[in-house]
Amino acid sequence: MSGHMNLTLKVWRQKDAKAAGKLETYEAKDVSPDMSFLEMIDVVNESLIKKGVEPIAFDHDCREGICGACSMYINGHAHGPKQGITTCQLHMRSFKDGETITIEPWRAKAFPIIKDLVVDRSAFDRIIQAGGYVSVNTGVTIDANAIAIPKEHADNAMDAATCIGCGACVAACKNASATLFLSAKVSQLALLPQGHPERAARVEAMIDQMELEGFGNCTNTEACSAECPKEIGQEHIARMNREFYAAKLSSSKTK
Amino acid sequence: MILDSKIPDGPLAEKWTKHKFNLKLVNPANKRKYNIIVVGTGLAGASAAASLAELGYNVQAFCFQDSPRRAHSIAAQGGINAAKNYPNDGDSVYRLFYDTVKGGDYRAREGNVHRLAEVSVNIIDQCVAQGVPFAREYGGLLDNRSFGGSQVSRTFYARGQTGQQLLLGAYSALSRQIHAGKVKMHTREEMLDLVMIDGQAKGIVTRNLETGAIDTHAAHAVLLCTGGYGNVFFLSTNAQGSNVTAAWRAHKHGALFANPCFTQIHPTCIPVSGDHQSKLTLMSESLRNDGRVWVPKAKGDKRKASEIPEDERDYFLERKYPSFGNLVPRDVASRNAKEQCDLGKGVGTSGLAVYLDFAESISRLGEDTVRARYGNLFDMYAQITGENPYKEPMRIYPAVHYTMGGLWVDYNLMTTIPGLYALGEANFSDHGANRLGASALMQGLADGYFVVPYTVGDYLATIGPKAIDAKHPAFAEAKAKVEAQTKKLLAIKGTKTVAEYHRELGHIMWEYCGMARNDAGLRKAQVLIQELRADFWKNVNVTGTNEELNQQLERAGRVADFLELGELMVVDALNRSESCGGHFREESQTEEGEALRNDNDFCYVAAWEYTGDNQPEVLHKEVLKFESVKLTQRSYK
Ligand SMILES: Cc1cc2nc3c(=O)[nH]c(=O)nc-3n(C[C@H](O)[C@H](O)[C@H](O)COP(=O)(O)OP(=O)(O)OC[C@H]3O[C@@H](n4cnc5c(N)ncnc54)[C@H](O)[C@@H]3O)c2cc1C
Ligand code: SF4
Ligand code: FES
Repeated sequence: MSGHMNLTLKVWRQKDAKAAGKLETYEAKDVSPDMSFLEMIDVVNESLIKKGVEPIAFDHDCREGICGACSMYINGHAHGPKQGITTCQLHMRSFKDGETITIEPWRAKAFPIIKDLVVDRSAFDRIIQAGGYVSVNTGVTIDANAIAIPKEHADNAMDAATCIGCGACVAACKNASATLFLSAKVSQLALLPQGHPERAARVEAMIDQMELEGFGNCTNTEACSAECPKEIGQEHIARMNREFYAAKLSSSKTK
Repeated sequence: MILDSKIPDGPLAEKWTKHKFNLKLVNPANKRKYNIIVVGTGLAGASAAASLAELGYNVQAFCFQDSPRRAHSIAAQGGINAAKNYPNDGDSVYRLFYDTVKGGDYRAREGNVHRLAEVSVNIIDQCVAQGVPFAREYGGLLDNRSFGGSQVSRTFYARGQTGQQLLLGAYSALSRQIHAGKVKMHTREEMLDLVMIDGQAKGIVTRNLETGAIDTHAAHAVLLCTGGYGNVFFLSTNAQGSNVTAAWRAHKHGALFANPCFTQIHPTCIPVSGDHQSKLTLMSESLRNDGRVWVPKAKGDKRKASEIPEDERDYFLERKYPSFGNLVPRDVASRNAKEQCDLGKGVGTSGLAVYLDFAESISRLGEDTVRARYGNLFDMYAQITGENPYKEPMRIYPAVHYTMGGLWVDYNLMTTIPGLYALGEANFSDHGANRLGASALMQGLADGYFVVPYTVGDYLATIGPKAIDAKHPAFAEAKAKVEAQTKKLLAIKGTKTVAEYHRELGHIMWEYCGMARNDAGLRKAQVLIQELRADFWKNVNVTGTNEELNQQLERAGRVADFLELGELMVVDALNRSESCGGHFREESQTEEGEALRNDNDFCYVAAWEYTGDNQPEVLHKEVLKFESVKLTQRSYK
């Protein structure tokens, strides 16, 4: 069919967490430009199964850029070459016939590889568990409109809240820092009055947890925002830093 | 078996209050002696797990994704309904109740729906308190939009990512309880069977998707919050992993399955582009607020949309339904799109699409306003199709989206198995034969935050806090059964892939049990599914082993269950020879081609009982009684 492409894939294959991994080469034939990147892998996997080769394992679920499951490092970019999208939203029309595409998992100490392109991102959950919430129980009785929130604050909070927890920021960072991810949650809750009572404790607890998980420090390279599929900006890191210093100043905690 | 819905008597608006008062309570000091299993961490599961843990119960929660935050609920776009009446446009609890019963084509229980409308207002309060950044107006108060099937603006939203924000709210409440040690979270762990002791649900069997370890877990009650089964059609708007396994395996233990054929086909999805297609992407129905649906008046008109003059366009929804226009309920919009395409007026290369056009809104409101409302949806469309919807109209076509059917539950959300509950899309409860937009999020959170925390206590207080004996032979037996099935799947080593079977099943379902159904087609489908299922168990190729992360094995188990569910859907659709809501039987339509209900013969919930492998299921009827609403032929003219 017109516009269809033949591609060469170099894919990271690793049997389990302990095994050594390596890049294997596969041919992807007759790829339609309308396919998503994951659909292209589906087709390759079907052909691998037919040849008796184990299919490539990768995380995915929603396939529309919102669940944060998909996580491929494509030609040296988290989620591939295009900005503002996840791997599942990348379409093959972004590639050219004859191209070679290298596909690797996220690489970070805090994200151990489970198999092939699947990594363990549970450290992100533990960072949220450390304090990424407002402590309210079910059964609130304050009317939702009792507190007016300036639209601008609500919109900025929403910008931060769109983080999908994919981990591309960590994968893109030479220090494997989770600062952008963390700052998105801190920033969202700092912008909303509901988040204020716990703001000091929250930022400290989350940063402590990040360090405990083995993520690196932020050295302001801004690679994270550049690769973030939701384009979470650096202003959230700045806001998080302000929260952190304010917390330190007011903190009675001595370490 | 007599199906007792346990709807309390008394006036509609007082039922829930009265019921809450009559439910038994568990003494606060005793709550920690009870263990509750919550399977699923979508809106229903995450909200239930967090709320129950806050009350003091010990909760174990499970999901098959790597994080509870990735449940399919995350993908909901458009919004959540609530009868707040903030816009002062005449909304009320009663109106939301009425719209939902009518929208469901009078196949839902009045009592349940009224409760849903009552608690809807609490949901919004709860979410705002959690820090959910709903859209606001310049004055700082919450904004609302309108949605299909209603004439008031009662939908709260967070850009086009409402499900994400609501789920992250529930996930944050869940995370807080995990941190507090009240919820033990099991990720990448899939429930593969229910454990029954003396006819009651007492635990589950799971497979760890990383290691393959098969384990059992005991509890005083089990809550299935495992979502819908739209993926039986292979192509749907659901996430790839969405499946029926937990509900289906419970069904095999005696939980009746209600109205399985009630499927919602969503009118505004991006059309199929080729055989490689793995899922269909929804364009939120909220787009119909500002987008106008049309096709060329002439058959086979292949001109570009911009070259077709105004008077050669047919805005068929506005023409046929002047009072609701583009905002008719989903089933009506979907069927009309199909009708236009069947008439040869479809657009795009496949001819299986209609236009959704924003030109008029852009000229009236300006591109910026349209971008502010729908920016991310437009981006998504452009990304997938390579076309710019600000310049050319979108092409849309209906796709499977939601399943109204599910496990039968009573007013307490308990299934026909004592101790087993079903919440959210996994149950059948509130949407009748058609769900209104923005009502699934409402129902999932209503069930999890505000219904089950009360009703489960009643059962727990009745059975008492005595620990469940994890050494009971029922656990070992259930585990052995799961191990045997896993071995069996891996041993077949046939020639066809799991995906091939899934796609074939999907074709059968879409062709014969999709937007329009008829007797002959359904009978044919039943035979085809039986053959396909038999072939699957002889010839499927599941690669790899159990003791590893094995996505083929995961999917094989899910497809095996879809192959059984698919047949039940067809049987249910055959039985229900009326048309209602999303279920359109070609034999039952008005002269104008609208769905024709038959209230004399079908005003009931069809609840099916499993009787054994490859045995016909037995139908039980829960007759629906309407005390407040008068049944009329739905009209959106
Ligand atoms: C694209 C899209 C847009 C939508 N937009 C809207 C909207 O705007 N408004 C609206 O009201 N509704 C909308 N809906 C519908 C709504 O999102 C869903 O009905 C609802 O979110 C379902 O929630 P749930 O909690 O019941 O299940 P889900 O969110 O599907 O969660 C299921 C959970 O169960 C787990 N699970 C399933 N099986 C197992 C198993 N065997 N073992 C362990 N765990 C298991 C999963 O891991 C997951 O955590 C939309 C749906 C789609 C597909
Ligand atoms: S900040 Fe961006 S890259 Fe990092 S997890 Fe969130 S969405 Fe992904
Ligand atoms: S699969 Fe959900 S974001 Fe890509």
